[in-house]
Amino acid sequence: MTAYAFLGALEQGFVFGLMVLGVYITFRVLDFPDLTVDGTLPLGAAVSAALITHGINPIWSLIAALAAGCIAGSITAILATRLRIMSLLASIITMTGLYSINIRIMGRPNITLLNAPTIFEYFDFLGLPRHVVTVLLFLSLVLISKFLLDIFLYTELGLAIRATGDNPQMARSQGINTDRMIVIGVSISNGMVALSGALVAQSQGFADVGMGIGTIVAGLASIILGESLVGTQTVPRQTWSSVVGSVLYRIVIAIALSYQVGFLHLTPSDLNLVTAILVVLCLMVPFLREKFQRGK
Amino acid sequence: MLSAVEITKVFNKGTINEVVAIDSLTLHVNDGDFITVIGSNGAGKSSLLNLLAGTYIPDSGTITLAGEDITTWPEYRRATFIGRVFQNPFIGTCGSMTIEENLALAYRRGLPRRIRKGITEKDRTLFRDRLSILGLGLEHRLKDKVDVLSGGQRQCLTLLMATLRHPKILLLDEHTAALDPKTAEQVLKLTDQIISELKLTAIMVTHNMRQALSMGNRLIMMNRGKIIMDAQEKEKVKLTVQDLLEQFSRVRGKEFSEDRILLTD
Repeated sequence: MTAYAFLGALEQGFVFGLMVLGVYITFRVLDFPDLTVDGTLPLGAAVSAALITHGINPIWSLIAALAAGCIAGSITAILATRLRIMSLLASIITMTGLYSINIRIMGRPNITLLNAPTIFEYFDFLGLPRHVVTVLLFLSLVLISKFLLDIFLYTELGLAIRATGDNPQMARSQGINTDRMIVIGVSISNGMVALSGALVAQSQGFADVGMGIGTIVAGLASIILGESLVGTQTVPRQTWSSVVGSVLYRIVIAIALSYQVGFLHLTPSDLNLVTAILVVLCLMVPFLREKFQRGK
Repeated sequence: MLSAVEITKVFNKGTINEVVAIDSLTLHVNDGDFITVIGSNGAGKSSLLNLLAGTYIPDSGTITLAGEDITTWPEYRRATFIGRVFQNPFIGTCGSMTIEENLALAYRRGLPRRIRKGITEKDRTLFRDRLSILGLGLEHRLKDKVDVLSGGQRQCLTLLMATLRHPKILLLDEHTAALDPKTAEQVLKLTDQIISELKLTAIMVTHNMRQALSMGNRLIMMNRGKIIMDAQEKEKVKLTVQDLLEQFSRVRGKEFSEDRILLTD
């Protein structure tokens, strides 16, 4: 793998790290399997790209993307809590609806942002090459988000959200409105995913309605990969797992794409299979560890 | 103070599995009452507590607390006034969270959950102080996760959490049934101590007739979703296990022999 490819993997790992932190909130904290993210990632990209092409400041477009993601997440959560639709199904419904909405927002299935202003222009004064700026910017953003999330999960509200995911009966008997906690948690999660999508669109120079496919699987793979290495003992460790897992996942993907195995040369279309195998390998780690220890 | 008037709850209505769990039951709980509830399996003891706590909403009838109609209030809203300990030690606490986090959750019962630091040093001092009452050494283990605690320790913690903010009424649903006899005895002693120290109004469901007789100031016997006996104060003091068994045999007839096994301690 070349240094350039490695830098690219880091950039992707950091920017999708925001998405992974979002998935962590639903998947691990709330225990609410949420596939909405496959729709909110391109939603964020679509909102940001559409606003930028309409001459809106790219920073405002990021805030708008975040808000759009929160709204999409709250729709899923309201379907699941008020209408008592199974969470997985509720999220698939929203995700499906978002596909059409995303095309409406862009007016067509994709928008290119070549020569359009992006947030990276604000850092031109540093005199660094663009691909270094993106890596540094995304690294700072994902670390800030991680630490803010850590702090949030230890607030009164954060504790109530964690209790809702861990033990809803206990939460209710301690006076916690569990439905409201689910709405808040799923909204924040999807807001982060949409922000991640908006940043991806600005860095790769286009938004595409299909860019969200496999988001949830990549998110889960990253979390599981990170957890098997970093551990899950405390909240800060869990969020580290998400960030580290996200970077490792992108590096593994980059490595898989850069090597030729015999006559087989992997192409980007093989990524989903690589991801699937990776998830299985990660899930096998605790099982194999136990087996190995018993063997001794 | 807490009144349930003619409440009825039917499960699986209109199916072959239809069960009348609570059958137009009326109960007035007075301020300071410590009621023990006995009855065989399926008598409706747990259903009664679930209806009072808001886990279920009654099909008919009304529930009032201090004059306010709370019949349709959801569970989380009633929790402002109601503390609960469950039969299953795993239900009352969050295993993945630490002891102090669990207590912090309980300490905000009935109050808004703000975006503020969840636990302050002041809270910790209070938690240590309250935990020391248990005599389990948990005051030195604030940052331990609850899932490393035993069932008995978890029940003690739940009891403490249910009473951390003074509840108008404390509901105990066979909270010692899942524990070994020695631990159960300790938890019961603690229950008695906390209820009398804080002068709480409480309802305790139990399978154990000796417990039902030795604790509280009022005893209720349930059968098929109805209250069939309500012994208060002096009347309760005179009651014996034999009296209770006789009362059971009167209402249950031939089903009695089976119940006898369930009820004797």
